[in-house]
This record gives sequence, structure tokens and C-alpha cells, in this order.
Amino acid sequence: MGFLLAIVTALFFPGIILRVKSIASGRKGPGILQPWKNILLLLRKGSVFSTTTSFIFRMAPAIYLSTVICALMLLPFPGMPSYFGFDGDFVLFAYLLALGKFLFILGALDTGSSFEGMGANREALYSMLVEPAFFILFGTLALLTGHTSMQQIFESFQFTGHNSFIIGFIAVYLLVQIAMIENSRMPVDDPKTHLELTMIHEVMILDHSGFDLALVQIGTALKFAMYGLLIANFLVPVDAGQILVNGEKWLMTGEKGMMNHSGAGWMMVLQVGVYFLVQVVFAALIGLMESFRARKKLIRNPQFIVTLSSIALVAFILVLLITFKMIG
Amino acid sequence: MENFAILAPVILSFFILVVPPGARYIYTLAVTACIILLTSVPASVALLHPAGVPQTFIAGSFLGTIVFTLDSLSAFFILITNFTVLTGLLYSNGYLRSYRTTKTHAQFALHYFSYVWLHLSMLCVLMLRDGTAFLIAWELMAVSSFMLILFEAEKRTTLKTAVNYLIQMHVGLVLLIIGFLLAEAATGQFGFEGLQLYFASHANAPLFFLFFAGFAVKAGFVPFHTWLPEAHPAAPSHVSGVMSGVMIKMGIFGIVRLLTFIQSDAYTIGIIMMIIASLTGLYGIMMSIVQTDLKKLLAYSTIENVGIIGMGLGLGTLGMGAHNPALMILGFGGGLFHVLNHSLFKSLLFYAAGSVYQATHSRNIEQLGGLIHKMPRTAALFLFGSMAICALPPLNGFISEILIYYGLFAGMQSGLVFQTMSMMMTIMALALIGGFALFGFSKAFGLTFLGSQRSAIHVGENAITPGMLFPKLLIAAMILLIGLVPMLFLAPLMGMIGVQFQVDPAPVVVPLIHALSKISLMGVILILVAAAIFLVRNRVLKPEKIAYGPTWGCGYTAGTARQQYTATSYAANFAELANPVITKKVDYIEIHEDDIFPGRRSYALRPLDVFRTALGRITDYSMLALKKIARLQTGNIQHYILYAFVFMLIIFVLLYLNLL
Repeated sequence: MGFLLAIVTALFFPGIILRVKSIASGRKGPGILQPWKNILLLLRKGSVFSTTTSFIFRMAPAIYLSTVICALMLLPFPGMPSYFGFDGDFVLFAYLLALGKFLFILGALDTGSSFEGMGANREALYSMLVEPAFFILFGTLALLTGHTSMQQIFESFQFTGHNSFIIGFIAVYLLVQIAMIENSRMPVDDPKTHLELTMIHEVMILDHSGFDLALVQIGTALKFAMYGLLIANFLVPVDAGQILVNGEKWLMTGEKGMMNHSGAGWMMVLQVGVYFLVQVVFAALIGLMESFRARKKLIRNPQFIVTLSSIALVAFILVLLITFKMIG
Repeated sequence: MENFAILAPVILSFFILVVPPGARYIYTLAVTACIILLTSVPASVALLHPAGVPQTFIAGSFLGTIVFTLDSLSAFFILITNFTVLTGLLYSNGYLRSYRTTKTHAQFALHYFSYVWLHLSMLCVLMLRDGTAFLIAWELMAVSSFMLILFEAEKRTTLKTAVNYLIQMHVGLVLLIIGFLLAEAATGQFGFEGLQLYFASHANAPLFFLFFAGFAVKAGFVPFHTWLPEAHPAAPSHVSGVMSGVMIKMGIFGIVRLLTFIQSDAYTIGIIMMIIASLTGLYGIMMSIVQTDLKKLLAYSTIENVGIIGMGLGLGTLGMGAHNPALMILGFGGGLFHVLNHSLFKSLLFYAAGSVYQATHSRNIEQLGGLIHKMPRTAALFLFGSMAICALPPLNGFISEILIYYGLFAGMQSGLVFQTMSMMMTIMALALIGGFALFGFSKAFGLTFLGSQRSAIHVGENAITPGMLFPKLLIAAMILLIGLVPMLFLAPLMGMIGVQFQVDPAPVVVPLIHALSKISLMGVILILVAAAIFLVRNRVLKPEKIAYGPTWGCGYTAGTARQQYTATSYAANFAELANPVITKKVDYIEIHEDDIFPGRRSYALRPLDVFRTALGRITDYSMLALKKIARLQTGNIQHYILYAFVFMLIIFVLLYLNLL
């Protein structure tokens, strides 16, 4: 369910970002589906390979895309049982993405270009620094909820009472930032930049063409949708009917009421609705952030990324306080 | 009869020195196969029936009766040792081929003899319980590996490194002897039985940490690791693979054996071990990133992996202290599983690095590059090993790391705030190590094998024989098998841990198997999806649609191989970030203002190991002090008579004052 919805989202996600950016800069902008039209065009085109490259370069985009697809399968959708989920699945999630990134970096190094080496190096450095933030965040959530599978974490997270709002806020903020870094977007990298020296992601795909380039772009679009789905898991009500019907009571006592069976269908409609809303807002947010924010100096990037880990640690200490471990 | 069977390999091994050169390798292989058969069969039985009484074999008497005791813990390590020693031997034939013109037959004979003895002594270390016998085996292990490192003794650095190695091993040995003696003084028994009695009745932590230090020298825990990054690169690659893959694990074995005896202080020991292990892991991988010597990079990554193993063991020990069976099972299980996994991928990486060395006669990444075109199979195997060591799914490293993650998350949710926080710190360390490893191995593989060659060294394409590829393929198959069907290996391991540490693994293992089956499923899906995409790609991308050209140089058309990213530049931004931890020495003369026509310049950056520098300083100071004392040695007979007289006078005075 989450998988299919994410794929649908990925269809319009890059388009929304582009459109928002165009409008913000006073242009009309291309249609929402224009990025996918480009991808379809690329899929049909031929390729040019550098003679320096080897089978690594040809394999890397395919493996990169397949890791993103597999990671996407692991994610739950609020209120739905996820087939692939298990205890500690977020570790697999993180390492799957790491596998894709590893091969992507090697693909860039395979060209032997100094610029692509530079991009690969930066990508490796930033993803290395962002890793702890993700693990601290999920460790914190595991501590708060007492579960380690993503589905159970998200499900019980929404029932931890008022305190979940502040943790949820931090978590969503962190995930937005992590998504921006992992997708090489604005605060650390600028996809529109015209100077190879300052590029990260764009410089790594300089030599990719045709089908392979399309694979990379599909992967990127899916990755956005994937993080959107992850964020949506915090925001989409697990048990919407209950919150609508018993919202008052739940807020007061944190007690789980009986679910209204006739409302089950409506609940799903509501969930999907909220989900798409979250994704659209996320995409628009990225567009706006990219329009009104300047890229950081490259030398400042590590500092910025490490800050995310410390914010995650703040959430951890908050959870320690909430669960009364600190005092009791 | 049984006596003979045990002694036979020892006697047979001596004939390696005298068999004709043509048959030497085959004979060594036969002896090793014989040893492996002799030990693997009882070891497999012991591992599959961990609850049984340990098997004992009496091997005649020499300074007292020698008894070999084989229990499930020894069995686990014996099987790992046998596998890696076998692959190492298979690989050695091709690797040593190029030395046939430069080395004499006697040198080859001695090398193979030492190799068999390293194997024998490791097996003895695993099975002997008596203190004297154990220490003799421990010493034999150090001496035989010393001989193996010395294979290229004509190089001055090799000689120096080997002597340094031998000295450090003896520092460890002294600590072990002191430990055994202390236990003997208290219990009257010199050996592991004595230790068991001692731990049952005395404070555990002090003696444990004495032994921990002794074993840590072998295992390479920081700050006892300084021999490791020197000795591994100096040794021939099959020896590095065996040393890194299994010999250092003898230190881990010693620690685990002691942990099974621990009765009190387990919580403290666990916490301290986790701290040491986290620091070891982080320091190891950080140093690994900045290395430019391919084998030194691998050696530092060995230290990192010892850190990960230590994290698991520390977690298990903490579980013992907290009476939390889940932590014990996951911690010890993860740690020991990583012992197996590391022995596989590290030996694979060392053998692949050895093939690179044989083809190029260089280990310097700055000079390499583009090797994937000349030696694609070695490159693919190195990539496979790198992926496994970075704990990437669906390979084996991921399985042991996720076990440790499980343990850490379980530990975080139980216990008090102190425990929760230390678990979080360890999670952070493990996540960072994961990220660093990715960085380090993208450098190791990417810059060695990809791009184009950075210097004009000749690449001997026929230096790699099929015989050198076969053992690597064997290891790669094992790595993939463990990655996809971990349950097969985990079940006996968990049974062994259950018996050794007296816990019931079932409540932890059942949900674990469920999770692991999901991981395997995901691994299979990943492979299938990737294969499907790749097939579609090949179908769509017909050969006539493909054009070839030079790498896009961003408008610059005269790019050369020297303009590529180098090992130093790849690690530069990282080294900058990790500045206080990683010290480096830069050999470069800045261009001055009055240099109107700057000449040829070179830039060399050498990472320094702070611990090695500190150790060097300590030895320098003690040498200085010893030199001052050496003034007493005048060579004058009157002075020596005076010393004797003063000595007697002091004794007399002390006796008179009743101080003696």
C-alpha cells in the first residue's frame, strides 16, 4: 500500500518542486509531469560511455535504483500491516540506502574524472556524517515506544500522549533535513549550480547518459517520495476514525477507544488524503526552501550535518525525561 | 592409538624441511589437510552437541601429562581457524611463485614449516587448559608467526617490524604469566582450572583486566594495537590474511574463555569493555581512512573490526551483570558471529590485496588505479569483500552488526538511565563506524581499482594464477551463504553460547530467526530486482545505441591520470575534520614570495599513529635512562668488586635492621 502510494507520489514529486521554484522566481514553469517526460525520453536514448569506465559504472545505477525500491518496500503505511517489516527493520533500511550510495560513489570514481572524484568524496563524507543522526533518532523513538520495528514504532508513537508532539516535531524536522542531505538538495548542495567545483550530486552523474541517467533520476524521485512517506508516518493518523470520534477523550486520557467500524472506509480515504497532503506540502517546502535559501559554504557543511546529530541527541534526552528514566 | 593420531601431525610437520622441493607444497597441503580432518570432525561434533561433556584427548606426557580439551567454544574457533588456514595455504602457492627465483629452498621449507606450526600452535591454544602448556603454545604461535613475517627479511623495515612484533607479543605473554601466577598463588592450580576457582572466590575485575590487557595485545585493542598495522603489511599476503583473520582472534578467544568464568563485577567489566571497544573501533577505522598503503589500510580496519567484536562481547558481559539473557545472547552472539565473518572477508581482502601486490609490486594506492581493466576478477572479489566489511546487505557483515544493534536496542530499553545512555553512545559509535567504513572502503576500492592508472608501473597481467582465485571464490561463496542463510550458522553458535554462559537462547532466537528470515527475503528480492533492472537495461540499450568516448573533462580536453583524485586528497577533508585524533606529517616546501621560477615540488602526507609515537617516546626515554645506568659498567675489575662489596653491605644493614 505504502509502496504503491509512494510510487504514485514519485510521479509528481519532482514536478511539484520544479513548479514551486518556478512560481517563486516569477516564472510559469513546466507541467507537473515534465520531469517524468524527460525520464521517458532518456530511457529511449542511446548512451555514451567513457572508455575509462568498467562494469561497475554500468551496474551502479541499476543497483542504486533497486536498493531504493527495496528500502521503499520496508516502509509501513499508517495503519496497514506491512509484510516486510520486522524488528529492527530501520537498520536494514539505512544499510540498504548505504549500499546504493556505495555503488553510486564507486560509479563516479570509475570515470577517473577529478571532478567526479571530488563529488564522490563529498557524498561519502556527508552521508557518513548523517548516519548517526538517523540512528539516534530511531533509537530514541525505539526507547520512547518500546518497539524496534518501524510499523510498531509509528503506531504506538501516536499514542504516547501530548509529549509525542514535541518529539514528533523534532523527528519531522530531522527527517526533512536528512532527506535534503541524502538527496543532495539545498543547504548542502545546489542542483542548479553551474560550476562543477561546487557540485556534489550533479557532478557525480556527469558521465551518466541515456538509460543509466534515467535510472538515477527515477531513483532520486523515489527517494524523495520515500522520505515523504517516512515523514507521513508521523503525521498521518493511524486510527483516524478514533481520533475523529474519540479525539476529545483520547487527548484527555490517552486511552484507546473502540474503533468505529462503519468509519473504516472513510478512515482510509482520510489517511490517503492526509498522506498526499503531507507529500505535497513536503515537496512545496523543498521548493520554497530551495528558492529562498542559499547553499552553505562547502566547508560549513560538516558542521551543519553534525548539528543534526546533536538535535537528535536533544530528542533523546527529552525522551529520557519523558520516560522518567532521568529522575526515577 | 589416539596418542599417535594426535602426535602424527607434529612428527609429519618436520618432514616439510626435508621433502624434495617439487613435492613440498603438496606435502604441506597433505599435512594441513590431515590436521584439519583430525580436528574438524570432533570439533563439528562438539559444536552440534554443545551440551555434551567436553572431549578430552591425552597426548602423552612432556613436563606433565598433556591433555587436550575440546568443548563447543574451542570447536567454534577451531572450525574458523581451519577454514582460513586452508584458504591461506591454497592461495600461498600462487602468491609465492614469483619468489622462486630469489628465495632458496631452505627459506621456502622454513616458511611452510612455520605456517604449519602456526596452525598447530593455534589449535593447541584453543584446546589446552593447563597453564604451562597453554603458555608454551601461545609462545609457539608468536614465534612461528614471527618467522612467517620474516619471509622478506632482506628488507630492513620487515626485520625491524618483526622484532617489534616479537617484543610486543612478549609483553602480552608476561601479563598472562603474571595472571596465571596470581591465580596459582590463590588457588594452587596453574591453568584455566585455577582461574575458574579464583574467579569463584575473589574480586573478578582486577585479574580479568590483567588478562584482558595480555590478550588485547594479541587481539589489537587500542592502545595495544601498535604492532598490528606494521606487521600485517610486512608479512606475505596469505600470512596477513591468516594473522588478521584468525591469529588475532586467539586473543578474542582468551577473553571469551575468561568471560565464561566470571562470577562477579560483570556489569563493570562489560561497561569498560564496551568503552574500550568503541574507542578501538572508531580509532581503527579513522586511521584506516587516511592510510595510503593498501595493506596498512586493511590492517587498521582489522582493529576496527576487533572493536566491533569487543562491543558485542562487552554487551554480553553487561547482560551477565544485569542478569538479562537477551543481552547475553545478542551480545555474545553478535560478537562471536563477527569473529567468523571478519575471518572471511578480511582474509579475502588481504588475498586480493596480495594479488594486487604481485601484479604491480606496489601497495601504495597513490600509484595504483584502473586495475579493474587488467585484473577484473580480483577487482570484483575485492569489491565483494569491501561490501561485506562495510556491513552492506545482503552479505554476512550485516548479519553480525544487526545482532549487535538488536542487543544495544534491547539494552537501551532495560536498565537505568546510565545504561540507556551508554547504549546510545555505543549505537552512535557503531553507526559512525558504519559510515566511516563506507568512506574508507569506497576509497580503498575506488582508488585502487577504478579510474586510470596513476603511475607508470608495469602491471603483470599473468601474475594471478587460477589457483590464487579459487580460495577467494571459496570465501566469497561462504560470505554470500552466510548473508542469505544466516540461520544455518546462527543456530549452532547460539546453542554454544547457551551452554557456555548457562542461558536459554530459545526466547531470543525464535523472534531473531523471524527477523533474519525477513532480511534474507529482502536480500533475495534485492538481487532479483537488480538483476531484472539490469536485464531490461541490456535489452533496451542495444549495442548500436552505445558510443564510446573519453571521460567528460568539463570542457578541459587535456586531462591526464595525474589529475585524478588521489588517496590523500580523498581523505583530506576527513583528516581535516578528525584533526586532533589523526596526526599527520606533511613533507612539502611552501612556495616563497621570492621564488620567481618555482622548481619541481613534491607533497607527501604521512599519517602518524599517536599511540605509536607515544610508545616510541617511552622507549626513547627508557633507553636514555638505561644508558645512564650503563655508566656503572666501567670494565674496571676494582669497580665490580666494589659493587659486590656495597651489595653485601646493604644486605648486612638490612638484616641488621630486620628489614629482610
